[in-house]
Amino acid sequence: MKTWNNKAWFMVVPVVILVAFSAVIPLMTVVNYSVQDTFGNNQFFWAGLEWFNEIVNSERFHDALGRQFLFTFLILIIEIPLGVYIALHMPTKGWGRPVALVLMSLPLLIPWNVVGTIWQIFGRSDIGLLGYTLQLLGIEYNYTQNTFDAWATIIVMDVWHWTSLVALLAYAGLQSIPQAYYQAARIDGASRWAVFRYIQLPKMRSVLLIAFLLRFMDSFMIYTEPFVVTGGGPGNSTTLLSIDLVKMAIGQFDLGPAAAFSLVYFLIILLLSWVFYTVMTNIDKQER
Amino acid sequence: MDLDMSWMAWTWQTAFFFGAIATALVIMIVWTSLKPPVPTLGILGIETTPGDRLFISLLGSAFICLGALFFFGPPLWWALVACVLYALAVFRWV
Repeated sequence: MKTWNNKAWFMVVPVVILVAFSAVIPLMTVVNYSVQDTFGNNQFFWAGLEWFNEIVNSERFHDALGRQFLFTFLILIIEIPLGVYIALHMPTKGWGRPVALVLMSLPLLIPWNVVGTIWQIFGRSDIGLLGYTLQLLGIEYNYTQNTFDAWATIIVMDVWHWTSLVALLAYAGLQSIPQAYYQAARIDGASRWAVFRYIQLPKMRSVLLIAFLLRFMDSFMIYTEPFVVTGGGPGNSTTLLSIDLVKMAIGQFDLGPAAAFSLVYFLIILLLSWVFYTVMTNIDKQER
Repeated sequence: MDLDMSWMAWTWQTAFFFGAIATALVIMIVWTSLKPPVPTLGILGIETTPGDRLFISLLGSAFICLGALFFFGPPLWWALVACVLYALAVFRWV
């Protein structure tokens, strides 16, 4: 007996066409550019693997990749525990619950370039509240001149913008825990830490993995916010991969090297996404 | 209608590359429709179908080539041989 119907595949044809135009054709074009050189006017010259060789051996790429991993690592070790901490302390009933949910959602509704602009002004020592206050307190702070200050600004900005996503996901995970678990823990005389370690954390694991994956991918592809605040500076100290790529492709109009850069960047993201996806689905299978 | 595709900057090498991937996908579709895949547990400790193993082979091959460029530079003929051996190993053991 035939148990499935192939006609259902026709339903995905519109999506396939859409993805072909929005992703596959541009990707093919990037691959074509990555093995050629151009000076515009649709004239291309074969370059072979030259651009890939240049990119994988380029100190500039290694530095940007290192900065990217550092940025992603820092925001993950701050945002995930902080998001969980906030979720654990958010009100679960009464008027405080909707208020907390709305407040937590607000940063997520602000567009990236607006967030960048807010923090760019906020950090200025002449008109910005943060920069001015730090100056009054006698703390030297200048994100346009000092590397540490620039990094601190973009990290705090990302934490401000995205911790609420982790908190809301963790909160949703906490809300799904039946009260019977807490009652059983109370009867057993479990400590607050034991409740967190053996009930809340395991029950939040799936949503935390999603939060981790989302924050990892987003932070690895971040462009607008740090670009608006620091423009990649001072020097190249906050030039992350995407900022460097745009400088190369649009600033310098080096389409061949930029295409090779994009493909290496894409492969790294693809590999890490696959690793996380595999880990997540396997944990889910083990839980079942 | 004159469809100008020069902006895509096709070369026979890149056309061959995409043709090879498309052919592999078609072979995979035909293979799995004739013989529905049964996920198997390999040395990575994860269940994989032939489609997963093709993906792991292609992704791994890309990194083998990038690694070869980083350590030895072009040409990549030996890296290509390593990619084929790697893909065979993935289909056999992963």
